[in-house]
Amino acid sequence: MEEKKSKVTLHGMWASPYSKRVEIALKIKGIPYEYVEEDLSNKTETLVQLNPVHKKVPLLVHDGKPVAESQVILDYIDETWKNSPRLLPEDSYERAQVRFWVSYINQQVTEVMGQVLFQEGEAQAKSIEEAKERFKVLEDGLKKDFPNKTIRGNDDVGLLDIIIIATFGSHKVYHEELGLEISLINPVNTPTLYNWIESLKELTVIKEAEVPSDRLVPFLQMYRQMLLQQAANA
Amino acid sequence: MANEVILLDFWPSMFGMRTRIALREKGVDFEYREENLRDKSPLLLQMNPVHKKIPVLIHNGKPVCESSIQVQYIDESWSHKNPILPSDPYQRAQARFWVDFIDKKMYEAQRKVWASKGEEQETGKKEFIELLKILESELGDKPYFGGDDFGYVDIGLIGFYTWFPGYEKYGNFSIEAECPKLIAWAKRCMQRESVAKSLPDSEKVTQFIADLRKAFGVE
Repeated sequence: MEEKKSKVTLHGMWASPYSKRVEIALKIKGIPYEYVEEDLSNKTETLVQLNPVHKKVPLLVHDGKPVAESQVILDYIDETWKNSPRLLPEDSYERAQVRFWVSYINQQVTEVMGQVLFQEGEAQAKSIEEAKERFKVLEDGLKKDFPNKTIRGNDDVGLLDIIIIATFGSHKVYHEELGLEISLINPVNTPTLYNWIESLKELTVIKEAEVPSDRLVPFLQMYRQMLLQQAANA
Repeated sequence: MANEVILLDFWPSMFGMRTRIALREKGVDFEYREENLRDKSPLLLQMNPVHKKIPVLIHNGKPVCESSIQVQYIDESWSHKNPILPSDPYQRAQARFWVDFIDKKMYEAQRKVWASKGEEQETGKKEFIELLKILESELGDKPYFGGDDFGYVDIGLIGFYTWFPGYEKYGNFSIEAECPKLIAWAKRCMQRESVAKSLPDSEKVTQFIADLRKAFGVE
């Protein structure tokens, strides 16, 4: 039976972890797509028209139909392309657990990570303390709810794995290159999370999607300076 | 297998209301337990140690937290009647998008309307009305957000309706004047048994807001 060829376009930004999530999902499912790099200071007409509510990346366009917000996009991808790997488990309770931790990372962890990366002095010190606490909650939660987690191949990659690698994949860069004195993710404090990330990094598709540090470091440094400047002027 | 369903909730919570409605849509027997948020029960703290928040759905002893996750879980676990999410993936994506929009924007915006004063309140009011207008525009002339059938977005939004008279009182504006179609939609939803049974009296909610304002020193 001939499969109808569908056209998939991803509007993304190379340094955005949200964009990265969708990229990884498409690659891991083997879905051919066209990538449009958006300049966030000069967004394309298409992006603004097809995502008028948020005007943000990532935006997936499937046969002309737009899907916005990374979580919504990932669910859509899983429900439309039902080939392996399935991003969500079959069991509804396990699905709820995955969704819970994805939500925790999206809401509680990324917020505090942003504060750590883009603040300085006392504010940053406070954020680091808060971050340590939230990473501990995440570490304990992952250990408790996913005790048998192993990554042997692409089939073991699901929604939570994608969120983890896209959000935390560059954690060593933050620590080593941005002069952060402590590392929030390490084998001592967060062994479950640390090893989870390392296992995912072994996969070819993940390696290929990695953001090169020689590009990421100057970008983060520039972005940090910009935000510090904004905060000083406020 | 016996289904034991307990809902830990707080009566004015627009998020708790979502889960109540979803359970009733599916005809699920559940035990409603009112939480005192200033004196949280050991069960709540045990079942939701991460956030310590309501609502918490406990199904055969296992907790499900976060209202949007609970509604999806309920839809998947009791799939025999009244589907909450549509079956088409693109329509599901649209429904999830709008509940995500409500989750990200509505709570903070509505809070400013009743919990602040002066310029902060005025800005909050404008933002809030703008959000309602965006939602109203998405609704268009359809009976429900998903079309002909009551569903996920309707459940996601309707709880806020019980807070509307409170917003109007303390924000000094009329939501019906700004968004008549949205009010018509809300009244349509209120005719549904699952909704009518799950939502408190708005007068009680308005009094609750008054108490909160006193407690926060807004008055």
